[in-house]
Amino acid sequence: MIPTKEEMREALEKRQGKEIQEKFSRATVAVCGLGGLGSNIAFLLARAGVGRLILADFDRVEVSNLHRQQFKASQVGMYKTDALFENLREIAPYIALETRTVRVTEDNAATLFLGAQVVCEAFDVPESKAMLAETVLGSMPDTFLVAASGMAGLGSANGIRTRRISRRFYLCGDGVSEAAEACLVPSRVALCAAHQAHAVLRILAGEDCKDV
Amino acid sequence: MVKINGKNLDAAKKTVAEYLTDAGFDPLRVAVERNGEIVPRALYDKTRLCDGDVVEIVGFVGGG
Repeated sequence: MIPTKEEMREALEKRQGKEIQEKFSRATVAVCGLGGLGSNIAFLLARAGVGRLILADFDRVEVSNLHRQQFKASQVGMYKTDALFENLREIAPYIALETRTVRVTEDNAATLFLGAQVVCEAFDVPESKAMLAETVLGSMPDTFLVAASGMAGLGSANGIRTRRISRRFYLCGDGVSEAAEACLVPSRVALCAAHQAHAVLRILAGEDCKDV
Repeated sequence: MVKINGKNLDAAKKTVAEYLTDAGFDPLRVAVERNGEIVPRALYDKTRLCDGDVVEIVGFVGGG
């Protein structure tokens, strides 16, 4: 027996406060790339009660993903969008979840993420990260971008940080640790994802202007 | 002088493309903001930096 919508709303208001909760529940956030960053970001935003999540990825769940991504062994082979939809439904049954099982390009991004107050860049490939940054900041004038760069390796957790590059542009990560050159461990990737999710929640709450 | 990533540099009159090459950035792996506006990649070789410009260059590394 799952809790009712009203019970879940009350529980969230008790934890986060009614005013903030209302801001979260009215919001739309897009998560682009559902890997170690994106799947963890989506979990945190769903738990926080963000009202509508747009989940974009063209890829399928692989065995190698299971060590840092929010998928189950039984979901190997599924599209990441479909698998994450299932998993998020179990923890946040009443939020709106929309999936986009396509490759995000400069031509389709603005349409795919229409209505999103914040776009989370959670891609793997640097050229894709740069493309999305250019597209969101250049073609979506009312949308914030929370991007990531550098979360590989076993470096200090404290090396992961959030920087506000400009009014609508936040960047999380250590800026230098590249996945191709270092190991990937679930904890450091999740730290970066938590930085991104936290930046999103601060933006939605209107706290972002006060400090980084 | 042009303020790039917080440092005053003698980069006026260079194009964005020229500066990126000189500074060792891969133009396909960066986002460039000039005076708060994103510079589209297609305009890197046409956008000339001017004295007083404030530029942010964000380089992306792989992983996600």
